Amino acid sequence: MFTNLSDKFEGALRRLSGRGKISEANVREAMDEVRTALLEADAHYEVVEAFTEAVLQKAIGEAVLSSLKPAQQMIGIVHDELVRVLGGEDDPTSADPSEPEVPPIMYVHPGPTVIMMAGLQGSGKTTTCGKLAGYLKKRDKSVILCAADLQRPAAVTQLQVLADQVQADAPGSGSVHFYAEPDKVAEYGKAVGAAVTVCRNALKAAKDADCDVLILDTAGRLHINDDLMGELRQVNSAVNPHQIYLIIDAMTGQDAVNSAKAFNDQLELDGVVLTKFDSDTRGGAALSVKKITGKPIKFIGVGEKLDALEEFHPERIASRILGMGDIVSLVEKAQEQVSEEEALALQEKMAQGKMTMDDFLKQLRMMRRMGSMKSLLGMLPGVGSQLKDIDLDDKQIDQTEAIIQSMTKQERQDIDVLTTSRRRRIAKGAGADQAAVGKLVKGFEMVSKMGKQMSGMGALSKMKAMSGMDPAMMSGMGGMPRMKGSTKQKSKFKQRKRKRR
Amino acid sequence: MSLFKSAINKLKQGLAKTRSGSAATVRTILTGKKLSPQLLKDLERAMIQADIGIKTAVEIRKDIQAGFERGEIESGDQALAFLKDQLRAYYPETDRSLHFARGEGPTVILVAGINGAGKTTSIAKITKSLRDDGKSVLLAACDTFRAAAVEQLEVWSERLGVQVIKGQQGGDPAAVAFDAAQAAVARGVDVLVLDTAGRLHTQDHLMRQLTKIRSVVAKQIPGAPHEVILVIDATTGQNGINQAKVFTEATDVTGIFLSKLDGTARGGIVIAIREALNLPVKFIGVGETPDDVEPFDPAKFVDAMFAE
Repeated sequence: MFTNLSDKFEGALRRLSGRGKISEANVREAMDEVRTALLEADAHYEVVEAFTEAVLQKAIGEAVLSSLKPAQQMIGIVHDELVRVLGGEDDPTSADPSEPEVPPIMYVHPGPTVIMMAGLQGSGKTTTCGKLAGYLKKRDKSVILCAADLQRPAAVTQLQVLADQVQADAPGSGSVHFYAEPDKVAEYGKAVGAAVTVCRNALKAAKDADCDVLILDTAGRLHINDDLMGELRQVNSAVNPHQIYLIIDAMTGQDAVNSAKAFNDQLELDGVVLTKFDSDTRGGAALSVKKITGKPIKFIGVGEKLDALEEFHPERIASRILGMGDIVSLVEKAQEQVSEEEALALQEKMAQGKMTMDDFLKQLRMMRRMGSMKSLLGMLPGVGSQLKDIDLDDKQIDQTEAIIQSMTKQERQDIDVLTTSRRRRIAKGAGADQAAVGKLVKGFEMVSKMGKQMSGMGALSKMKAMSGMDPAMMSGMGGMPRMKGSTKQKSKFKQRKRKRR
Repeated sequence: MSLFKSAINKLKQGLAKTRSGSAATVRTILTGKKLSPQLLKDLERAMIQADIGIKTAVEIRKDIQAGFERGEIESGDQALAFLKDQLRAYYPETDRSLHFARGEGPTVILVAGINGAGKTTSIAKITKSLRDDGKSVLLAACDTFRAAAVEQLEVWSERLGVQVIKGQQGGDPAAVAFDAAQAAVARGVDVLVLDTAGRLHTQDHLMRQLTKIRSVVAKQIPGAPHEVILVIDATTGQNGINQAKVFTEATDVTGIFLSKLDGTARGGIVIAIREALNLPVKFIGVGETPDDVEPFDPAKFVDAMFAE
């Protein structure tokens, strides 16, 4: 979309460059593309109108008109403005909104810090409770999860299972406990008010246990259900939570403003958690909610696993709303998987041309742990929008893994020993054909060679060297799986077909 | 129809409570007004705010505009009637009912959707209406992933008095589907409803798992699954199109259950989905009890979408 948007900008602004100066009308026209992009990303209509008008004024003021690269400059302005709105608008003292100074959670002393989760049905409250407990455990906090959802069938059990899982598996020296009163569970609408008692008792239990944080998992409710909203207000006044978070599905459309506004009006929110951000939603709801409530987005949920909760970075979401990819997340994901020492050791090996198939396999698996190829590539700028029609095949990586695993130790250390009969055996063992083995070996040789050449190069020339690589080789390596149905390949295929006729 | 009226009332109640003063709805925009370019623009805006999507909203606006320029549509009321007719033609009646197995059963209904869409509650609703029609229903708890998902379905099965087949937590959902299909045949039930784990359409391996569940029941029971229902939350934005697309590729979705329409969301995304994929809406969910389900009625849907 970034490329898309920038193309459209270029188009709208270039039409005039032949004729001389860019007029305000031209900028306005280009701004229409921004408007469409934001609406397609589900930002609310009125939020979009206000936003584009503000940016327009700024763009005209900032001399886009006389700029040599008006399109680039405009994108810059739009992006910066989006970051500003998503980030620390309320806090003019923080110079860089992408690097918030304040930690997402302010703890109170003495504890417990009480956090209440609220939101519509299915927005992901219970899962987020589990993730947040994991986040706190990692930060050495003792946590009590309180099941205040007494109406959804098995919600109490779900939270208990999550609490047990986090306590058993999540890293960190904190601890996670569970509080519930299962006998108060009732059918929909019949337990209204019971949650207040449960929460009050949970607070007492948390105090007695000298616990750092108490998290209240309330039932999902519609913002227009007076009884249930009343119950939330009662919980609020009974336990006085220090933080109230609204949980919002990142895929929400125009209605996000209605529910966010209602929750904020009745509860005085402290922050927002956007869930399901690992989908391919562009996440315009983030913009709507921030604009309507003025409350910071604290966390985003990025997966089903209990560690898939990240702190919010406006910079990245802005890029995503505009379809510009999220390269920072990609780098961070990579950093999570590999330590600096490991990376340096490997670099050293590569520089001396001593990289082995074992090293390669290790890298492959590391990449695997970072997520599917599609999700990884989706974070690259400019790739996101083109991924829609592409079926990225992770099986290619499976095959490469299988081939390497079918090699003996000796073969993995030194590929020069690979005779035809050895290759045949490997192919058989991996359930692949011999050509696939050949391709992998060739690709590996190339990477080794490149590693030697690259040592000593600067980062930029490295990139250049990489881009000069034959993509077919890369695909043989499994590093870049074949892209089925990519438009480029399709058209090539068509051409070939035509030629044959 | 009377059933549907209650849904509309609920919708109206909802809208009345939260409607912000600035957002004029289509009905107030259109009623008793002469059509004008400004009116058309307002109409487009209201459609976008209902999550129809900018592309579809512009197309519909252009259709009305064309009628306006030909002199066929002159007033706002005519535009609304035109819109209803269009949508009615868009969603023919045959499309909106459940398809059952021809001859001997069991009919198999596979229910899928993203996390939190409302699959289990929607299944309770479908089950209740089938049961009220005198059909015997068997549920299959194929969500072996999410904590307490099986228990959630079990609670419903107890409340509704139907049997449920379940497997191990963390087990293979396709194996549960296999057992359920065999049990459904052996017990001679009329309808087997499969509850699956919520999954984001961006998770390839989970989508493949869904394809596997589908082919497992297809092998056991000829013609199955007779319906593949995708549950979509009415608050969903434009991402709903991607959801529908990917789920359809994986399991040949036959219809949509539009859930949570009792809030303030208008669920316009289903129109964009129909436009992109030709998928009909079969049911709408309007509350948390098993009775809160309605058949989809396009004309009423337009009314509700643009209600005051």
